[in-house]
Amino acid sequence: MTGSDVTVPKQKFVWVFKDTLTVAWRNVLRFRRLPRLLVFSTIQPVMLLLLFTYVFGGAVADDAAAYIQFLLPGFLIQVVVFGSSQTAVGLAEDLSGGLVDRFRSLPMSRPAFLAGRTLADTGRYLFLVALIIGIGSAIGFRFENQALPAIAAALLAVLFGFAFTWITAYIGIMSKDVETAQVAGFVWIFPVVFASSMFVPIDTMPGWLQAFARNNPVTFTVDTVRTLSLGGAIWENLWKSLASIAGILLVFVPLTVDRYRRIP
Amino acid sequence: MPYIDPAQDNPPIVVVQGLFKAFGLIRAVDGIDLTVKPGTITSLLGPNGSGKTTFVRILCTLLQPDRGTAEIAGLDVVRQAAAVRSIIGLAGQNTAVDDILTGRENLIMMGRLYHLDSKEARRRAGDLLDFFGLSDAAERRVKTYSGGMRRRLDLAASMIAYPPMIFLDEPTTGLDPRSRLGLWEVIKGLVERGTTIFLTTQYLEEADRVSDTVAVLDAGRIIRQGTPQELKDCCGGDTLLWVKLANPASTNTAAHTLRTLDSEKLRVDAVTGLLHLPAREGNTTLVQVVRQLDSAGIDIADLGLRQPTLDDVFLQLTGRRAETESREQSDDGLEEGEPSGRP
Ligand SMILES: Nc1ncnc2c1ncn2[C@@H]1O[C@H](COP(=O)(O)OP(=O)(O)OP(=O)(O)O)[C@@H](O)[C@H]1O
Ligand SMILES: [Mg+2]
Repeated sequence: MTGSDVTVPKQKFVWVFKDTLTVAWRNVLRFRRLPRLLVFSTIQPVMLLLLFTYVFGGAVADDAAAYIQFLLPGFLIQVVVFGSSQTAVGLAEDLSGGLVDRFRSLPMSRPAFLAGRTLADTGRYLFLVALIIGIGSAIGFRFENQALPAIAAALLAVLFGFAFTWITAYIGIMSKDVETAQVAGFVWIFPVVFASSMFVPIDTMPGWLQAFARNNPVTFTVDTVRTLSLGGAIWENLWKSLASIAGILLVFVPLTVDRYRRIP
Repeated sequence: MPYIDPAQDNPPIVVVQGLFKAFGLIRAVDGIDLTVKPGTITSLLGPNGSGKTTFVRILCTLLQPDRGTAEIAGLDVVRQAAAVRSIIGLAGQNTAVDDILTGRENLIMMGRLYHLDSKEARRRAGDLLDFFGLSDAAERRVKTYSGGMRRRLDLAASMIAYPPMIFLDEPTTGLDPRSRLGLWEVIKGLVERGTTIFLTTQYLEEADRVSDTVAVLDAGRIIRQGTPQELKDCCGGDTLLWVKLANPASTNTAAHTLRTLDSEKLRVDAVTGLLHLPAREGNTTLVQVVRQLDSAGIDIADLGLRQPTLDDVFLQLTGRRAETESREQSDDGLEEGEPSGRP
């Protein structure tokens, strides 16, 4: 069959998972060593949480203590969504050097290069969510539901981050350079985050914006996390949230993988 | 473990037929046919922009050709790309190592991605770090490495799985003379174990030092293929003699005089005014040249012996220097066939 006596190793499906873990390991090492990521993942979100609570608290709610009950569940989504912009930058960095040629010439599974990164990013979100819950609890936040819904709330936030990471992965892979990825991975997040039920009740927005905010996946997810944390009807928003997560993944995973396969 | 039977009459490991790749108007690879015997070193020799990297990237499945086919060990680089990747190693023109990881971590990662088990990946990473003189820097982040160290790490990474076919795109760029010698030894060592090496270079000397076969690339086409000796012979042998005249006005007389020595290969460089001719008999030729010019009353400012370069090959084969030029221009030049500016 082959032209010369070279033995070709058989491709094994299990390699997709092994390769994903190897790439994830590499990215976790990078996270730990890059000061930029450390700042993005710790100081900045904590600072924002404190500022929001104490600056807006009095104005939006009765006082800071009341506001943090409203704010924190949404804030969990805020940190993962903003955190996902780093996926675009990281991928663009990998693609701009010679490193991507090496990865693409290896017998590793191609989707694993992307899956490994998004998995590592998801690990980052897990850390972020835990950090925010920790700091939030220290300044007065309390889960008003049982432990199981509270855990579900945290996990849903992480899962939502996983979905958003695939959006920014696509942005990163489409960007020609790191600067573009930095801007493109970031700008669109502002309207998506702020035009939602995250920081203020939607009723306070003008009608046209309400229409957007009410159908924003961020709103579905924030509302679900909020009811999981504080009590209330869960299913109504949960299925919308899960459906939007599934929708995002169904669109952006194939798009990104396909793009990676066909990098010129 | 992939291996190659060292028997001589093996079929070729690389077969390239009518390969073509254009970027817009630029025909980077313009119809290449090539075969490579297993267990040999082949050099692709060409100046900047001649298409070396494009060719290597197609063979390494990183780029799709527009036309033509390329097979490695009978596997088509487009249709069986995944299988091809499992039998090749690549060290591209730009070093491809992770700056934030240490040297050792880089190699272990590559080993794992070649599906070595963890222990084996570690063992080979250690061996290669030793081998490339990087043991002392193994636990340092690559960011702190010098250019030469990065290059060596990059080469080590391409070899971690001991693939039967290795592509090296200008592997000695950025290496000092000692590392360069070291690398040539590494390459020869790999070939003794049965590995096939395909490398690109801009230096005839390098092609001569390491390879069994040299293919000369000009504007996406292979204009000559043969052993290094054949290539050197076509531009006048192992040693060339060059003469700088004290008075440029006497160039024509000098050329006329020296033609009696080697009429066919004598060349006057239009730019520098130097005369070049083969020194087939070394010192004897040197003495003859000095005598002849002396008896013709022509003063010599400087002269010396040197080894042929890519420039000589190009002037001989195309009548042009091997310099970077706009590809549109060189395409025009190619249509005319025989070179024009020959001395
Ligand atoms: N992605 C690309 N888009 C457009 N043009 C390209 C691209 N890659 C290569 N080229 C062009 O194709 C030609 C061949 O380039 P290539 O990089 O293969 O040359 P090379 O022989 O490797 O040169 P060097 O010695 O400088 O590395 C050049 O004219 C180059 O400008
Ligand atoms: Mg090149």
